[in-house]
Amino acid sequence: MRNPQLNQHGELQHLLTLDGLPRDILNAILDTAAPFTEVAEREVKKLPLLRGKSVFNLFFENSTRTRTTFEIAAKRLSADVVNLNINTSSAAKGESLLDTVDNLCAMQADMFVVRHAASGAPMLIAQHLQNTGRDHIHVVNAGDGRHAHPTQGLLDMYTIRHFKRDFTNLTVAIVGDVLHSRVARSQIAALTTLGVPEVRVIGPKTLLPTEVERLGVRVFHDMREGLKGVDVVMMLRLQNERMNGALLPTPQEYYKIWGLTAEKLALAKPDAIVMHPGPMNRGVEIDSAVADGAQAVILPQVTFGIAVRMAVMSMLGSR
Amino acid sequence: MKDLDAEALCRQLAEQIRPHVCPATALVGIYTGGLWLAERLHAELGIAQPLGAIDVSFYRDDYASKGLHASPKKTEIPFDVDGAHVILVDDVLYTGRTTRAALNELFDFGRPARVELAVLVDRGGRELPVAARYCAHTLAAPLAREQNLELQRDEAGQFGLKLTQRA
Amino acid sequence: MNILISNGRVVDPANRVDAVHNVYVSGGKIVALGAAPDGFVAERTIDASGLVVAPGFIDLAARLREPGYEYRATLESEMEAAMAGGVTSLAIPPDTDPVLDEPGLVEMLTYRAKKLNRAHIYPVGALTLGLKGERLSEMAELVEAGCVAFSQANVPVVDNTVLMRALQYAATFGFRVWLQPLAPFLSRVGHAHDGEVATRLGLSGIPVAAETVALFTYLELARATGARLHITRLSSAAGLALIDQARADGMDVTCDVSINHVHLCDMDIGYFDPNCHLIPPLRSQRDREALARGLAEGRINALCSDHTPVDDDGKQTPFAESEPGATGLELLLPLTLKWADKAGLSLIDGLARITSDAAKIVGITKAGHLSVGARADVCVFDPAAHVVVTREGLKSQGKNTPFLGMELPGKVHYTLVEGQVMFEA
Repeated sequence: MRNPQLNQHGELQHLLTLDGLPRDILNAILDTAAPFTEVAEREVKKLPLLRGKSVFNLFFENSTRTRTTFEIAAKRLSADVVNLNINTSSAAKGESLLDTVDNLCAMQADMFVVRHAASGAPMLIAQHLQNTGRDHIHVVNAGDGRHAHPTQGLLDMYTIRHFKRDFTNLTVAIVGDVLHSRVARSQIAALTTLGVPEVRVIGPKTLLPTEVERLGVRVFHDMREGLKGVDVVMMLRLQNERMNGALLPTPQEYYKIWGLTAEKLALAKPDAIVMHPGPMNRGVEIDSAVADGAQAVILPQVTFGIAVRMAVMSMLGSR
Repeated sequence: MKDLDAEALCRQLAEQIRPHVCPATALVGIYTGGLWLAERLHAELGIAQPLGAIDVSFYRDDYASKGLHASPKKTEIPFDVDGAHVILVDDVLYTGRTTRAALNELFDFGRPARVELAVLVDRGGRELPVAARYCAHTLAAPLAREQNLELQRDEAGQFGLKLTQRA
Repeated sequence: MNILISNGRVVDPANRVDAVHNVYVSGGKIVALGAAPDGFVAERTIDASGLVVAPGFIDLAARLREPGYEYRATLESEMEAAMAGGVTSLAIPPDTDPVLDEPGLVEMLTYRAKKLNRAHIYPVGALTLGLKGERLSEMAELVEAGCVAFSQANVPVVDNTVLMRALQYAATFGFRVWLQPLAPFLSRVGHAHDGEVATRLGLSGIPVAAETVALFTYLELARATGARLHITRLSSAAGLALIDQARADGMDVTCDVSINHVHLCDMDIGYFDPNCHLIPPLRSQRDREALARGLAEGRINALCSDHTPVDDDGKQTPFAESEPGATGLELLLPLTLKWADKAGLSLIDGLARITSDAAKIVGITKAGHLSVGARADVCVFDPAAHVVVTREGLKSQGKNTPFLGMELPGKVHYTLVEGQVMFEA
């Protein structure tokens, strides 16, 4: 079975997941992102790379934030951007996902940026494009179900590299709702591929997926134990609906045990950085003092996110 | 190209530029050879404006067919481009396409008062209406397409010109 | 019509026959093996030299999609598939639309099938009305209409009081109850085995406990009510261990497994292949091996196709949104041969799981064997020939199988139903 995101030469054809992506491709994306960070400071914040190309933001699940970062990235590359917010319930009644894709292909799309509530949806689209001989159209996964959020994972790696330089001597902790998190899955895949010797996940048993240790992580339930000596703390967002599914009793209890406070952060290395994919629930997974504190790199993450997405789009857009 | 002394050509180029240097003059080197050369000229000519560097990867006209250049470098223009007298510096002038890309990129930073081009060697083979204001050496006969001429810098920082054959 | 099937290797698990014989067919029945009966004149002779002559296969679960799901498949298309696969007796699960919970519907289905004159069908009636798990179906009437057992298909009864009463009522008449071990709440939100693959792909998991918890409940209730229980489609080593334990305790319980689950595991989902979206889910490699071994040792009584044709629209969606199930009638023989070969079983022991052993579970006596006087349901096949599974090659309207593109052993040459040649390659 060929990895559907690589072409026959082993080059990136689509960006669907970081799981199984070779280390040199991960590094190439991070290296390419670096010069894009400078574009934001120019008078004209635009590069001609995707001039004349059409990028369709195909969002089956609402996310103004992610959609906006992709839109900015595509526009800075001079692409024409079309935003489509497709309500899943109305899509379920009528047109199928692949019908929608076929229709947009007929409108000369060059790239799809796909957000979908179902794990694997962008992969399905990529396989469909391949089966119908439309190899010139590229798919970027902007988050699918619990499966993957590769550009978020990449911008997190970029941020870590920016502040810590080298991956091979780090201890990284991922804290919170790993079970429902596509971000955590992409982070784990990238961190292990890039040679981070110790990746930890910290959370209650209800929020850690079965056999998560098989992904190459160490499991901690005690946050204080798990934060000891780490270089990077990656917090995950806790959705309120987790209380309904009997996964957690209350946000208050969660905060008390797994919320990141200055007192718990003090157990990490003194120069540890704190990351969060946003949007944050202050007082649930993270204390405001930490979120706004000197160790937080949450805003740089957002800035790097645009450069990383520009890098991915420009690497895909030429072929 | 054994007869071409890059160090001597570099000195000649500096002397060509020197009479025209004014306080508004700024140098911008094009990665990689052009930037080495610009660094040398910047010091030798005592240019007041900080040195700029351009990587034209994002502006190349062969992006659609060849894709993105491997690990592009950061473009840095540390001076105010508006009203500046910019001298673009490259090691070898060939088709003119790199110069075109560099000009486009430069204009995304502002509107310079004047842009000139300085090169060490003009190898001929122009495909665009581009000419160098300062040029240390023009080859008598244009090089063949599969030949590649570029500036080298050794560990001691000494320049040399290297001619290679593309497969 | 008198038919002579000459020189074939007759493999009849029920009678422990494995030898080259002539088989004589007349009046829809097997009339002799070996020497011709007096005055027998063959109107047709099938040369079976180098081929195997076996009883037509019995499939414990074949969804023909009628009534209600004709866009996925029709009786006609699936009967053709059965014939091409050498399958001559089909047990039909009740999850049609409407559900097989009314004698009239069962009679209609039986009538339609008879008219097509292909495989014999054995409807399994709904245990509760509409499979809703609330009210009992008219079991006695349904048996009169032709039902051979009762089941909930893949829709578990939520209320154990209802389940207990349904088992009690069935036990009153000695009716068999076939249950799929799926604990309702533990299985409700999942789409794949709760393990490394589901974790990696971000698919919500169905834990093995969904099977074992249901099995505990079913076995306890069967013990308490004296119901004759058959467990359908086992998926886990732990589930099989519970069956073993119940038998060790003296309980008479049978079980089956699908062709998919003895050959595949969750790793085969690969990059979200919706053809691997099945109920129950494909579990770990360890589970697959335990099931294949359990089947070889006879601890699992029978192998079935769990034939579930799904149209492309139902499969060309993200994994979790796709319709579960795989087409299988035409793969029953090839995958039985492949499993038996891997398990080191003889042909006769392998075929037993889809002939004599399956017949016992359905309660079929006149078929599933080649005794003199038996219904002449026969499959003549080449066990050595290999065929690649392709969309075009499948007669079933459903092209959904994880085995697409694979080369499998076994090519059916002739299928006879009641002494008539209904399929010829």
